[in-house]
Amino acid sequence: MRRAVVSSAATAAGIVLLLSLKPHGGAGAAPVISSGGTGGATDTSSGSSSGSAGSSGSSGSSGSSSTRTVTGDAANTRYGPVQVKVTLDGSRITNVDVIQYPSNDHRDQEINSYALPLLNQEAIAAQSAQIDVVSGATYTSAGYTRSLQSALDKAGR
Amino acid sequence: MTPVLRRAEPVMGTVFSFAVRDPGPDTAQVLDRIAERLHRIDAVFSPYRTDSDISRLDRGELGLDACDPQVPAVLAACREVAAETDGWFTERPGGRLDPSGWVKGWAIEEAARMLHASGSREHCVSGGGDVQTAGGPWRVGVAHPLRPGRLAAVLGGRGLAVATSGTAERGAHVVDPHTGRPAGGLASLTLVGDPGTGIARTDAWTTAAFAMGPDRALAWAARRPGVEALAVLPDGTKRWTDGLPRHLPPAGPADWHPAAAS
Repeated sequence: MRRAVVSSAATAAGIVLLLSLKPHGGAGAAPVISSGGTGGATDTSSGSSSGSAGSSGSSGSSGSSSTRTVTGDAANTRYGPVQVKVTLDGSRITNVDVIQYPSNDHRDQEINSYALPLLNQEAIAAQSAQIDVVSGATYTSAGYTRSLQSALDKAGR
Repeated sequence: MTPVLRRAEPVMGTVFSFAVRDPGPDTAQVLDRIAERLHRIDAVFSPYRTDSDISRLDRGELGLDACDPQVPAVLAACREVAAETDGWFTERPGGRLDPSGWVKGWAIEEAARMLHASGSREHCVSGGGDVQTAGGPWRVGVAHPLRPGRLAAVLGGRGLAVATSGTAERGAHVVDPHTGRPAGGLASLTLVGDPGTGIARTDAWTTAAFAMGPDRALAWAARRPGVEALAVLPDGTKRWTDGLPRHLPPAGPADWHPAAAS
């Protein structure tokens, strides 16, 4: 089993993004990819071991009162379903967990291990004003963006 | 402050994404129209669809006169790019008619043009990792071809076009038009086009220059006005043209990610 920890920091603002990736065989319910935590405001990456993958809507986490998590719809792709859970502090995304993703074969895992963290980086970095877009990430997951969009729609953001 | 309007549309076998910093009341509808336009371009130009104009033209079932009126213009553009790159670009990679090397960048440019026509002056359009920005500055990360999830560089500027060809995600998919074999020598090549260059040319040039290999690609980009290059070699070494550093944001080192290690 492979474990990769990818971290990036922008020195200018002192903001640290931490992406961790723990591929499992099969679509897992636990968060397999977690990214986020800006300025130490939130840390939910280890808080959802029960992982209700099918649920949607808001569930308050025991942090500051403005922190909430919203689970996006599972988006079907030709590789299988992709589903994300977004943590928001107010209207700001602080964390995106990929709670379901296709990993039926090695190639899919390669694609996911590459594309999903990049997308996470885009989603979170986009608001830290560090990175607006990534060039070279061609195999982006349509499922990720759809699930993320549905989560943000539910969050009313 | 107006929030950035973001949208993603799966089309052409990849994902197009849009970020509009100055959205108006009609922007959402404009994005709907852009999505329709992109699907229409795919229907006409995709070599993977047997019923596309391009496939039917290639099989001799359709004359050029009977094709969508944009087909002759696209094929003419492909010939221009072939001439500009000393024959390192071809609309027949692998033998079959396949102008995708021009069409995707052109589609991104069309989308940006439609946003401009709707009044937007601050937007960013990405077609599967090839990017056209308007206004700005925008910060564009360049995916590291050898370190998944990391960035090889961060580029910044106004009105830039950024395209990357690489082997990381799709394997060796760029063919050397002179030998018909997969191009080697580069892990990835990124070209940055000035505001006057546009993503259609920048993207097609990137495909051609990737096939050239590092030495020829960098020399070619250095000679050509309006474009700069960043090459990542298979051993991780980076090389770039003299003008590239003016596209690096003041606070953004070329090696953005190792800062986390400290």
